[in-house]
Amino acid sequence: MSTQPAKRKRVNTRSARVGAKRVNTPGVEPSSSRGASSHHTALGDRWQAYLSHHRHSAKDSLQRLLGNPLQSLLTWLVLAVALALPAILLVSMNNLQALGQRWDGAPQMSVFINPRAQKAAIEGIQQRIEKREGVERVEYISPQQALSDFESQSNLGSALRSLEANPLPPALVITPMPELSAKALAVLGAELNAMPAVDEVVFDQAWVQRLHEILRLGEVISLSLGALLALGVILVIGNTVRLAIESRREEIVIIKLVGGTNAFVRRPFLYTGLWYGGGGGLLALLLLVSGLQWVSAPVATLAALYGSEFTLQGLGFTGGLLLISVASLIGWLGAWLAVGRHLGEIEPQ
Amino acid sequence: MLRFDQVSKRYPGGHDALSRVSFELQRGEMTFLTGHSGAGKSTLLKLIMLMERASQGQVLINNQNLNRLSRSQIPYLRRQIGVVFQNHQLLFDRSVYDNVALPLVIEGYQPKEAARRVRAALDKVGLLSKEKLNPLTLSGGEQQRVGIARAVVNKPPLLLADEPTGNLDPALSAEIMNLFQQFTDVGVCVLIASHDIALIRRLNRRVLGLSKGELVHDGVLAHVDTTSKA
Repeated sequence: MSTQPAKRKRVNTRSARVGAKRVNTPGVEPSSSRGASSHHTALGDRWQAYLSHHRHSAKDSLQRLLGNPLQSLLTWLVLAVALALPAILLVSMNNLQALGQRWDGAPQMSVFINPRAQKAAIEGIQQRIEKREGVERVEYISPQQALSDFESQSNLGSALRSLEANPLPPALVITPMPELSAKALAVLGAELNAMPAVDEVVFDQAWVQRLHEILRLGEVISLSLGALLALGVILVIGNTVRLAIESRREEIVIIKLVGGTNAFVRRPFLYTGLWYGGGGGLLALLLLVSGLQWVSAPVATLAALYGSEFTLQGLGFTGGLLLISVASLIGWLGAWLAVGRHLGEIEPQ
Repeated sequence: MLRFDQVSKRYPGGHDALSRVSFELQRGEMTFLTGHSGAGKSTLLKLIMLMERASQGQVLINNQNLNRLSRSQIPYLRRQIGVVFQNHQLLFDRSVYDNVALPLVIEGYQPKEAARRVRAALDKVGLLSKEKLNPLTLSGGEQQRVGIARAVVNKPPLLLADEPTGNLDPALSAEIMNLFQQFTDVGVCVLIASHDIALIRRLNRRVLGLSKGELVHDGVLAHVDTTSKA
């Protein structure tokens, strides 16, 4: 100890001078030239220190959450429910869409032929269509047959008979392959429409359109519900983080007194938000997966009754990862809002 | 090192906490700041820490005008100032070691280098054996010394102490003053706000006397029996 003072004197005059310079350039991290004679903190070291504080903040804030398991679990559950709802809706939409694409209801198309077309021409068209890929069956309905069908199915037969000529055109009723998608059906329809002697193609696509519209509506609803619930999650996390800030007010004051920057003070709370969000997302995913597990058996039974091999689809790995990431991001955002709002108020008095 | 140049501080509401205070402290100088409560001691210390800003005049630390520092620069200024608080301001959710290490963690020291410095500071205040304890288990005098170790651990050129011996018995007070004197020996500028006239007299150092916000005395205490009552 006796040799210390002289040695330290030199060190300290230097650090005092360096210190003066540093205030001029606050962006430069002070540890670079502070104090001890030979110690120089390089940029890499400072980056290391920065990372280490991130690690420490992440670990510490997680430990604080786990240190109060009941309260954290409650928060996580609230978040999980809020996040699971839109996720479930989205998964349902995806499944309905998949169901729409593999519809086994075998829609039919009616191709109306020009009444002036010759019988041979109609037969030629019929053969051409029969050879086309994706077509299961083609049936010719003559104007006379159409008229008698119409008579038997409606009460307007006598009215039709009062007409001079049969107004109904010859038609071909086409049954496409059941695995044909809505898009392929549309392509087929357009192709038929372009054939000579074909006046009009009417296909039973109303159900496809309706389903698509319903799905679009469902998507909009689940997205807006999702946005609303995301706002709820932000508020819940914001409030939780606000309480955390309040309970550590004294610590924040002391950190600010000994030279902690706002970023330094903010960091653990941002991680708190991240953990809340991420944990909520993980729980939401578990809810979703177990929910799907629960309904998949009844769905399979129902599908079997319809002679379908339809099975429920989950979020998949990417979807699950996305859910957790989005939840974490929302948590971080909520924490950021709370911290920005309340940290400035806490200043040493 | 530290210069006040015609500094006035008026709080909102019109209360003049300081008026036209000027003085300069040199490196390695130990100075006492006295005055009854409300004389402006705390305000003066707050101006140095930039917890408050001067209404008029300039405060300079190392020729750096504090008026010109933005909010975001304040943390970097505070890292140059070690502060010993009357109520210690320790964190009771962590060990003595972690309390002292806090300024180094904030500045981003490598753990190894930080450990070396924390132990050196704790050794200096005689608490090396208690680094693992919670400060709650320590006596008032020991807590105060933890606060001192934290204040000097990053070797700031300026050390402020606000009533550092407020709750301590004379023997402990003398011990702590002895510590401060050792810091001045290595070039640290020490400013101590204190009521303890007997102690100040014994140490025979420069004294700044404040009364109603004005600097009424600047010099050793032997000549200022009038302000000592204040």
